[in-house]
Amino acid sequence: MHMPTTTGLDSRKMAIWTFIGSECLFFASLISTYMVYRGKSLTGPYPHDSWVNPANGETVKGILNIPLTSFSTFVLLMSSFAVVLALYGAQRGKRGMLIGWLSATMVGGAIFLGGQVYEFNHFVHEGLTLHTNLFGSTFFTLTGFHGGHVTVGLIWLGTVLVTAIRGKLPPEKALNLEIAALYWHFVDVIWIIIFTLIYLIK
Amino acid sequence: MSHPAEAHAHPEEHAHPSAGTYAKIAVTLVILTALEVAVYYVESIRTYLVPILIVLMIIKFALVAMYYMHLKQDSKLFSGLFVFPIFIAIVVIVALILLFGIKHPQMPQ
Repeated sequence: MHMPTTTGLDSRKMAIWTFIGSECLFFASLISTYMVYRGKSLTGPYPHDSWVNPANGETVKGILNIPLTSFSTFVLLMSSFAVVLALYGAQRGKRGMLIGWLSATMVGGAIFLGGQVYEFNHFVHEGLTLHTNLFGSTFFTLTGFHGGHVTVGLIWLGTVLVTAIRGKLPPEKALNLEIAALYWHFVDVIWIIIFTLIYLIK
Repeated sequence: MSHPAEAHAHPEEHAHPSAGTYAKIAVTLVILTALEVAVYYVESIRTYLVPILIVLMIIKFALVAMYYMHLKQDSKLFSGLFVFPIFIAIVVIVALILLFGIKHPQMPQ
């Protein structure tokens, strides 16, 4: 039960939604920067098109790895599913369900981050860095900030998981998980946009 | 007997969906993602690639926001706090693309 408020709604929930609203505008600036500079790189590597590597004269295909990113997207979507089930368990006092699904959420998030680290590492080896071309600058900035948000979400969910394991997350405190879950879902919906605009639209 | 979470819910905040509904949404999201990736590889519909992908993206976004973020059940004020910035974000993105993303023939390159 929350303290009485003028809106009749929990202030913590209002705060997270206001924060998420501001985050929408933050990611809008990063996405619009990527879209504005899309296709304007003067040198490779390019996201989708083939290019000739000046270092060795080899023709290289587009650098984006769609199968890998599709798998990462699937994992992140499933982690969103896992966290709602964890919340479902938390609200009903099902501790096993809460801990199990929250752990699964964190594993999903960690796999997604691992995929991103692998992807960044692969791109650097292919010659794409933050300062190689406009694609590199805008891509690493956008996806890097998203990865940072995933990391923050993982840490946040980790603290909730520890609280749950200690038995200090009874049903009346399930809102603590709900707020963290809202942030996690936001990270997920932003990835839904990034996956389509950056990876799939050629 | 009602669950504690339901008992403590504010009158404006209705009960969240069942686990079965969450599972159905998850399956739908997976199918839509598979469709997106499939569409990416089909050369014959390349002309319609962008609109198809945008529509699929919007559906996925809406499903997560409505069911997983509980906007369908929670107070409309939360929806407003989310949808209004999204509206501004879309306007900003479209305006910037129109301003800087399109090559104007009269402008020096």
